[in-house]
Amino acid sequence: MGTRLGKHTVRLDSKPVIQSWAAIVGAKEGHGPLGSYFDEIIEDEYFGEETFEKGESKFLRETFGKILSKGEVSTGDIQYIFAGDLLNQCIAASFGIRETEIPFYGLYGACSTMAESLSLGSFMVEGGFAERAVCITSSHFCSAEKQFRYPLEFGNQRTPTSQWTVTGSGGVMVGKAGDGPRVTHVTTGKIVDMGITDANDMGTAMAPAACDTITAHFRETNLPLNYYDLIVTGDLGWHGKNICLQLLEENGISVRGFYEDCGVMIYDQQIQKTDCGGSGCACSATVLGGYLLDKLSKRELNKILFVATGALHSPLSLQQGESIPAIAHAVSIEMI
Amino acid sequence: MEFIRAFIVGGLICVVGQVLIDLTKLTPARIMVLFVVAGVILGALGIYPILVEWGGAGATVPIIGFGNTLAKGVIEDVNEKGLLGAFSGGVRAGAVGIAAAVFFGYIMAVVSKPKIKNKA
Amino acid sequence: MEQKRTKEEYKKWSQKQAPKSPKIKRILMAFLVGGAICTIGQVIQNALLGTGLDEKSAGAATTLFMIFIGAFLTGINVYDDIGRVGGAGASIPVTGFANSIVSPAMEYKKEGYVMGVGARMFLIAGPVLVYGIITSIVVGIIYYIIK
Repeated sequence: MGTRLGKHTVRLDSKPVIQSWAAIVGAKEGHGPLGSYFDEIIEDEYFGEETFEKGESKFLRETFGKILSKGEVSTGDIQYIFAGDLLNQCIAASFGIRETEIPFYGLYGACSTMAESLSLGSFMVEGGFAERAVCITSSHFCSAEKQFRYPLEFGNQRTPTSQWTVTGSGGVMVGKAGDGPRVTHVTTGKIVDMGITDANDMGTAMAPAACDTITAHFRETNLPLNYYDLIVTGDLGWHGKNICLQLLEENGISVRGFYEDCGVMIYDQQIQKTDCGGSGCACSATVLGGYLLDKLSKRELNKILFVATGALHSPLSLQQGESIPAIAHAVSIEMI
Repeated sequence: MEFIRAFIVGGLICVVGQVLIDLTKLTPARIMVLFVVAGVILGALGIYPILVEWGGAGATVPIIGFGNTLAKGVIEDVNEKGLLGAFSGGVRAGAVGIAAAVFFGYIMAVVSKPKIKNKA
Repeated sequence: MEQKRTKEEYKKWSQKQAPKSPKIKRILMAFLVGGAICTIGQVIQNALLGTGLDEKSAGAATTLFMIFIGAFLTGINVYDDIGRVGGAGASIPVTGFANSIVSPAMEYKKEGYVMGVGARMFLIAGPVLVYGIITSIVVGIIYYIIK
């Protein structure tokens, strides 16, 4: 059974194993620097469906299937699914897995959903309630623009702090046994709201939350700062990453040189014109399920701290003048 | 040359909009509302018609010119029918624009669907 | 963890480091694109006047043509690119008004022709009409009183 180390952090003593993982992405992500790490690249933004929302569900469904086939298990071997997405009432996740007949918890953590689902899945395995759990999430540029911003064909200009929602789905299967990467610690974040109201500047809104969670992680685990080969935040983007680095240094946590951000990694900022980089649930999920776990399993990375970040606003709350609350959850993943 | 005048006036009106977007973070929808309202007021004060005289389509094509059209219609109708004209003039004068936008908008919506092009 | 900055200070501090939009370039592009669209309008207007239409009808017909062009370019997935480049130069002309009507109508087609296309059409253009018409009525009433 796990051990509580502090207000935010628990150590998972059984070290649940990430048995398989997968990521399927859209065209733009496939053409990015990490393109070769993804399982599949889908050029059609509708994924052969009638609507963007159905397309997004299909991304999630296909990724789910991929995780199972790569882990060589069938649906009967999975006790829980933890999944979520950005759409109202999380329809991409619910509709994506509705035919699986597996007990399901729907989550909303905005872009932090990958770390949220992985935390909960790992707890289930640690607690002995599940042999295996699948943790998965998705996002889609078109459905996110439609819900959070403007219609796709509307001729507005992007602001330089804006980010590009990743189209795709990523996920993992955690289980009791195996020789894959293991989940060793979970640091659950609290909501941090620094009063940012600009929906085109999510990095600034989320950086304090990421800093808060990373600081709490090191304080409560007493691990040395150089314990990890890589600390990777979810989707702060170029601007947010820079802000987060400075905030961390003010807390005495200097991680320059082994700190990255999935939103920065997934696109080529100059060529792909994504302004501050990627965002969305699938941003951290596809980088985890495509690149990071691949590097871990080849032991090119040994220990990472995966910190997915989320902005917990809605278009409605913004219209009502509310600021953007943010959250970040951290999961330690290690090769042992 | 009226084409050059149209280019300059139209271009400058758009520059005002761009400066507002960049400096104030106003959304495009708010900018459009602001321009129409400004057009109605400037039209009623007799200022905008001078710009139309000089700039031609450069002054009438921007959405602020649509506001001017509304003002012109209202004043004509008030002169003709009294207070009732305040309610009939604007929509009457703007009728072609509104109806065309609804009609063509509907047709295009029925025949086409949104796409991403920036895939690389 | 306690924050070292107040919300106000954090906003200022982070904004100072935020990437800035290329303002001069954006203004120049707005001028060029907006100017070009208006010049096209002038060409159309002159051609219509040449057919013997009176000035008022030619003006209305020009608006009709421009709206058609804006709607058409939106429908063939081009106007968003013009907007990306031209900014206000693309959204302030009446072609941009057409774009603001067609783009949500296209986007919400799958939600049905009544509550989708019909209702969402005015997502952005609705407020423009609401405030334009209200202002014109107020102006008319004031004009009636002081006339």
